[in-house]
Amino acid sequence: MSFEQFLFYFFSTVLVGSAVAMITVRNPVHAALFLVLAFFTCAAHWIMLEAEFLGILLVLVYVGAVMVLFLFVVMMLDINVARVREGFARLLPVGLVVAVGMMVVMAMVVGAKVFQVESPGRADADYSNTEAIGRLLYTEYVYPFEIAAVILLVAIIAAIVLTLRRRRDSLYMDPAEQVRVQRKDRVRLIKMEAEKK
Amino acid sequence: MIPLSHYLILGAILFALSVTGIFLNRKNLILLLMCIELMLLAVNMNFVAFSHYLGDLSGQIFVFFILTVAAAEAAIGLAILVLVFRNRQTINVQDLDEMKG
Repeated sequence: MSFEQFLFYFFSTVLVGSAVAMITVRNPVHAALFLVLAFFTCAAHWIMLEAEFLGILLVLVYVGAVMVLFLFVVMMLDINVARVREGFARLLPVGLVVAVGMMVVMAMVVGAKVFQVESPGRADADYSNTEAIGRLLYTEYVYPFEIAAVILLVAIIAAIVLTLRRRRDSLYMDPAEQVRVQRKDRVRLIKMEAEKK
Repeated sequence: MIPLSHYLILGAILFALSVTGIFLNRKNLILLLMCIELMLLAVNMNFVAFSHYLGDLSGQIFVFFILTVAAAEAAIGLAILVLVFRNRQTINVQDLDEMKG
């Protein structure tokens, strides 16, 4: 077994193990952390496939931003852990049947002879994957790139608008309302009889 | 050297596991979202493997866009989740039955 094969099987084992752990652990925080481990090993796989830029991107964007967001939300919401796994044992056989069935069907497809392609070999030492992707991204795929930027902007605005909350107990004053105020709104003159001694 | 089918089978295992995860954790919205992320990862794995073995960078560009859209999806999904929790004090799928009729 060459070193490359050893790395492949090592990372694959960790990846599949963390995926299994993610879908079976009781605590959502642990599930998120196992997903982080899965992302890390997947990034290692991608770097082995000479997709260095995407491997780094996966770690920076996914582990650094998306999973941290997940962890924030998981810790912010007060989830009843006992109720999360309700009916877990009942669903486990169904889940196993689905997993094995899908696995067998897909393995039959992707294990076919046409996919037994050998690796095309390593690129030269001075080849830069990032530069090649950048070249392609800013020429051939420049419009999809701009659309992706718009999608991200829409996502930012949507997330902010959805979670924006006006606090009712804050001492906020509306200047327009203050300017518009008139004497009769504030002062009330009352005519009273003089009180007798 | 590792043949292409190894990577494809790895992607298939990940995909099957995430579908199983959706089956097992169908009560909890957060875990459902995480399983969807894992599913996207499996698909991306296939894209990167094909891109490498075909010697064509377009697959990696595709992964780039999938990552972008997945990040947007996660942000909006979690925002909706927070909103649901704020209004109902639960994210259990069984309790979200307002539209049952």
